[in-house]
Amino acid sequence: MYLFIASEIMLFGSFFTAYFFVRIVNGVPWPTSPYHLPVFVATVNTFILMTSSATMHWATTSIKRGNVWGMRAGLLLTFLMGLSFLIGQLYEYMRVGFNTSDGAFPTIFFCLTGLHSCHVFIGLAILAFMTIRAFRGHFTAEHHHGVEIGGIYWHFVDVMWIVVFTTVYIL
Amino acid sequence: MRNPLRSEAEAFRFLGVVIVGAAAIIAGAYINTWLGVAVAVIVFGAIGWWLKHEPVPGAAEPAPVVTSGTPPGIHRVLVVAPPGTESVTVPDGVEILVVVPALSSTREALTGAVDDRREDAEATAAALESRLHGARVEVGADDPAVAVEDALRVFGADEVLVVGDDGMVDAIRERVALPVSRA
Repeated sequence: MYLFIASEIMLFGSFFTAYFFVRIVNGVPWPTSPYHLPVFVATVNTFILMTSSATMHWATTSIKRGNVWGMRAGLLLTFLMGLSFLIGQLYEYMRVGFNTSDGAFPTIFFCLTGLHSCHVFIGLAILAFMTIRAFRGHFTAEHHHGVEIGGIYWHFVDVMWIVVFTTVYIL
Repeated sequence: MRNPLRSEAEAFRFLGVVIVGAAAIIAGAYINTWLGVAVAVIVFGAIGWWLKHEPVPGAAEPAPVVTSGTPPGIHRVLVVAPPGTESVTVPDGVEILVVVPALSSTREALTGAVDDRREDAEATAAALESRLHGARVEVGADDPAVAVEDALRVFGADEVLVVGDDGMVDAIRERVALPVSRA
């Protein structure tokens, strides 16, 4: 787990280094004129993703108490909200008005948010398997390691989004 | 240091902490850029301090002492032989299990070199097995005390002989309620 966290920190850290280099060393306003970041869509997406963490936690606590249907509902909601986030992100990309060929700012924007989206995509794949297994009755109050591990990953993805959202969209 | 992603519940709590920290940084930066930087430094420091000082569940509790025993008339000896051990002297007429712990340093464990250490342990185990006729020889965990605990779960022993230094003997002695001595 420590190696996973370290590798992720290095991966995101390299992109954040590029981001801060573009933003601070160049000394130009962020985002560079004439571009505007879709802060509203990103904020809505942030609320969706944070809520999905709550439903993920609900799913885990439910199965720990033996509430199988609570877990199933929690996992399904988490998956749907994760999917909504990804669709929202694609919608944002289509309407953002710039592309990677437009300079360093758009490039690092797409790299950082795209890297996170890749993590969400992987998380969705994990969630899909977890949800299918949940509906097949693979998890019980005693045996739910799969839900636990998937939950950890999903919260980690959300933690990274908070960092990306704060640095790229808000600050 | 406590792993913030140790369990789902702790990861969820860590997410809450990150949200609060991010909100504080945004509020500080909204007032003044340098205030935001100062808040960020404080937030990162506080999270680091919290992770370093919050106790890890179960870490302060003493490890359970493993007991063992054998049927009447049978004397069993568990021998701990570190990699590189060339010979082991054991009493006659006893059942023997030799455990070769795959000793590795923290750096080796983190870099995956533990597999190389396991190969060393396997080589030692093979050499000992050819010399100790009738004895079972197995490779154990990288921690000698854990290797002994694992072995005692499948091999009830009356005593433990350790081919190693006093530190290894003491570490094993703390974890098992059996006579432990140097071989």
